[in-house]
Amino acid sequence: MENLQRTHTIDKDETVISIKGLYKSFDELDVLKNVNLDVFKGENVAVLGKSGSGKSVLIKIIVGLLRPDKGEVIVLGKEVDKLAGKELDDLRLRIGFSFQSSALYDSMSVYQNLAFPLTMNVKHLTKKQVDVAVAEALEAVGLANKSNEMPADLSGGQRKRIGIARTLILKPEIMLYDEPTSGLDPTTSAEINALINEVQERYNTSSVIITHDLTCAKNTCNRVAMLIEGAFLKVGTFEEVFNTEDEQINNFFSYNFIQ
Amino acid sequence: MFQNRINVNSRKYLFSKGVDHYFEGVYKGYQFTLRFFKEAFKPPFHFREVINQCFEIGLKSLLLITLTGFIVGIVFTKQSRPSLENFGATSWLPSLIGIAIVRALGALVTALICAGKVGSSIGAELGSMKVTEQIEAMEVSAINPFKYLVVTRVIATTITIPVLALFCSFVALLGSYTNVHAEEASSLLMFYKNAFSNISFLDVFSSVFKSIVYGFTIGIVGCYKGFNATQGTRGVGRAANEAVVLSMFLIFFEEVIIVQVSNWIRHF
Ligand SMILES: Nc1ncnc2c1ncn2[C@@H]1O[C@H](COP(=O)(O)OP(=O)(O)OP(=O)(O)O)[C@@H](O)[C@H]1O
Ligand SMILES: [Mg+2]
Repeated sequence: MENLQRTHTIDKDETVISIKGLYKSFDELDVLKNVNLDVFKGENVAVLGKSGSGKSVLIKIIVGLLRPDKGEVIVLGKEVDKLAGKELDDLRLRIGFSFQSSALYDSMSVYQNLAFPLTMNVKHLTKKQVDVAVAEALEAVGLANKSNEMPADLSGGQRKRIGIARTLILKPEIMLYDEPTSGLDPTTSAEINALINEVQERYNTSSVIITHDLTCAKNTCNRVAMLIEGAFLKVGTFEEVFNTEDEQINNFFSYNFIQ
Repeated sequence: MFQNRINVNSRKYLFSKGVDHYFEGVYKGYQFTLRFFKEAFKPPFHFREVINQCFEIGLKSLLLITLTGFIVGIVFTKQSRPSLENFGATSWLPSLIGIAIVRALGALVTALICAGKVGSSIGAELGSMKVTEQIEAMEVSAINPFKYLVVTRVIATTITIPVLALFCSFVALLGSYTNVHAEEASSLLMFYKNAFSNISFLDVFSSVFKSIVYGFTIGIVGCYKGFNATQGTRGVGRAANEAVVLSMFLIFFEEVIIVQVSNWIRHF
């Protein structure tokens, strides 16, 4: 990890996400076949893989939006599959999930989008406290002046950032980013990458970043995991994975352009 | 033959794909309804959201219901007059119309209009929230989307549509009065008195009961279709469309049953 010039610490003794022997299929389609992964405290892990390889399915299983067919998924010491109701909600409050499509509530303004998860989960907040929390989260993503706009009036990159701000407002310990830079131009992507690193430092989160953008993986992650044919073919630092001999991985990289 | 059903994973169809999907749909709808009753009585309650939805639904359909109700009143009166005239019984007109509107038309017209207006908009709204992952976004922020979106909307339609139905009946009688008044001089008060002369408590009660059932149907069908929308934007249109078709069908079905039952009670 030393080659990355970051100040925060990764605690290799503390595993925040531990996935063992995970299988998931939809009808006749086997998506995940024996997936294993550990994410340590304070660490950013990128999951690379081509479209349709089951990356989104993987992180949806981590927050319990989908149930695994087989295998064990332990997040912050709890087995997600065994949780329900209040316990599952309590765990989810500790996890931030940034959706591939941003998933902003389009009937609500930016302010309401951020205030909604806060007021629904923390009782007896004053208007002042909510205002402060919203302003802080918007400031963290650099969009302090967009508070009154509607999601439809924002650009793709701004929507992504508001989506991230909406998860930051609950001060998560783990961040899950689903393709944070997809569909964005290189400059905006670079801003999002910087934001991901800033979140890691500022909130001391551990993150799983799903992407097929190698620049994003290279610049934000401590480790990279290659998802090919439903399983992780290789997990390691970006250089380790990039310089591998494996033909399938090299194929994947050869189609991508690196900055 | 039915033993096949135990083996869920066999991916074979019991009858045929279409028939199996139909029964699966009925079963899922039933479970959805059951879930509504389970979640509706558990805290937290989103009272403010229910009230918002009531206003939304009420205001959205008020103008349309006023116009339609008024026109139904006029047309029905115009059409009934000649046949009553044949028997020299035009004085029965108000009471005939009163019965028709209070027993049947008020609730039915309101329900059909709301199925089109409210049902489709609930289906489309929840459908687009579903396909753009907004419902999942609620779930991961530890907000129960079923409670926040479905329970509130179903309660709101169940409350608002009976109120709209009563209003519709009132306006329809008003429309009818304008027609009666054009032909013969009678006061509004006298007209309402005649109109209600043959209406029993059971009539009003079954009419209100009917519109409660219709309101619930429109809400639950719209939410069910929206909540289960799939396949992107196409799914949103389909959810809205299916919400209207299914709720109208169910409304007619329920109408027949309720009329039959209330006739039994009447003759008891
Ligand atoms: N709820 C679901 N029901 C049925 N099939 C699904 C479901 N969710 C995902 N799939 C299927 O699982 C496969 C993997 O989907 P997933 O969304 O995880 O891909 P992905 O790796 O995130 O791709 P992308 O990079 O395009 O987002 C796809 O073939 C998809 O059709
Ligand atoms: Mg995806």
